[in-house]
Amino acid sequence: MRHVNEPEQTKPPAAPRARTQSKLAELASSHGDAPQSGREAVFELDGVSVSYSGDMAIRDVSLTVHRHLVTAFIGPSGCGKTTLLRTLNRMNDLISGASVTGTVRYHGHDLNASGVDAVEVRRRIGMVFQRPNPFPKSIFDNVAFGLRIHGMKDGLHDRVERALTHAALWDEVKDRLKSSALSLSGGQQQRLCIARAIAVQPDVILMDEPASALDPIATQRIEDLVQTLKDEYTIVIVTHNMQQAARVADMTAFFSVDVDDSGDRCGLLVEYAATSELFVRPSDARTEAYVTGRFG
Amino acid sequence: MESLATLAALAAVAVLGMVIYSVARRGAPALSLDLFTKLPGVDPFGRPTGGIENSIVGTVVITGVATAIAVPVGVLVAIYNAEFASPRVADAVRLLLNLLAGVPTIVLGVFMFGLLVIGRGQNAFAGSCGLAMVIVPVIARSTEEVLALVPSSLREGSMALGASRSRTMLTVVLPTAVGGIVTGTIIAVARAAGETAPLLFTTALFASAVSFDPRQALGSLPLVIFFDSEQPSQFAQQQAWAAALVLMVVVLVGAIAGRLLSLRTRRQIEKAR
Repeated sequence: MRHVNEPEQTKPPAAPRARTQSKLAELASSHGDAPQSGREAVFELDGVSVSYSGDMAIRDVSLTVHRHLVTAFIGPSGCGKTTLLRTLNRMNDLISGASVTGTVRYHGHDLNASGVDAVEVRRRIGMVFQRPNPFPKSIFDNVAFGLRIHGMKDGLHDRVERALTHAALWDEVKDRLKSSALSLSGGQQQRLCIARAIAVQPDVILMDEPASALDPIATQRIEDLVQTLKDEYTIVIVTHNMQQAARVADMTAFFSVDVDDSGDRCGLLVEYAATSELFVRPSDARTEAYVTGRFG
Repeated sequence: MESLATLAALAAVAVLGMVIYSVARRGAPALSLDLFTKLPGVDPFGRPTGGIENSIVGTVVITGVATAIAVPVGVLVAIYNAEFASPRVADAVRLLLNLLAGVPTIVLGVFMFGLLVIGRGQNAFAGSCGLAMVIVPVIARSTEEVLALVPSSLREGSMALGASRSRTMLTVVLPTAVGGIVTGTIIAVARAAGETAPLLFTTALFASAVSFDPRQALGSLPLVIFFDSEQPSQFAQQQAWAAALVLMVVVLVGAIAGRLLSLRTRRQIEKAR
């Protein structure tokens, strides 16, 4: 299964840079050729475009996100990958002037249909942001926040412990649950935000460049965590780091920026395929150029 | 240019220094325990004696009630502006608040006289309402500034967990901003404690007795200063200075405490960014 949008017409794929390509290819190949086969669709996007106050940020995206896989959105900055991610839990609702066209189906239901409760959508579809954003409350209260909102108060302490354990943070914080979340390091804060998201037992976790503000060691812990979490959750991760995509993602969507005659920039989906496929045998010259490091 | 500007700055500082010095010099000798614990009275020769206990209590009650009215209103106005109003409406509300802040306080006093005093007689509550109108714009403005400082990443984090806008406001934004709101309130209340005009028509005919009942006219420090300074008795004039000193200390301490607290809150909010 491969989605190719407007294949490049001009020049044929150039000879890849051997070293980068082989490293990424090696990482990417570990995911298997058709990880999506036989898996239930969680999100089905059909002709999705998003604009802010009339300016198109990303246009006409169609792709399917499969259950219990890690799906990565990669591409240069400004390609609309974060914008697209935010349509998946209706976070774009919060931005005045944002409008979404096309359909986003979640387990077959139109997310943007009238009568769909954004609160319930966001309980099922959690989100982790680019920069850790713990609330200026205690570690415990951060994780309990979503549970309290959704009335999941029975066994609150156990639920908090489970979430923190899942996020590989429990051992580091179990003796200081009452201290401020802001006293944690950046990497710990991000894992706290992951714990906060999984505490309400979502179905999907959206991650918007979750490691971009972290050092390499903290980044690796997040990536390891993504690998263990995908057994229970469907994960969509935005990243500008190709190696990260090659390491963690089963499926990868490559987005690019299109500049029209009047100089307006708009993101579009170039290619969507199994990670092993996209990094080893990209079918579009733009993907090829990006993954071999000649562009972006 | 530079020397002129420097001179102006020095003059401004010097004026504050002179005010503090002269009030302290004349007010300090009259400070005594009696001032705070005795009621004003007249000795057998018809000369004023005693203290101003009723007016100190009155100022506390009047500004307390004014604060209780103004804080919820001011904070809600700020929340409306910062979170719910469209930019255009918010601009209009801000402009009107600035106009309200610019209305001469004597006009507010007359307004409250017409609204709450005519037909009922003077009462401290009417004075409190007048003061509240002075405070609301100050609290609304400072609260809105603090709400704008709360990083939007916190709002998004809360909404992404499924919290509604109002829930996010109550459980994330306000607790983060509470320090700044308290600060703005302290500064506003310190200012209101010294306002004279809104009290002049509403709660000037007060009894020489301690009362906590805002339905009666209650004494207040600004009016003690106003009335006592006009009396021929040297004692009364000294008492006016002493009252001025007490009021000045309260206002200065409030303002300074407010500024210090505000620095602290800003630093805390920046940590959450």
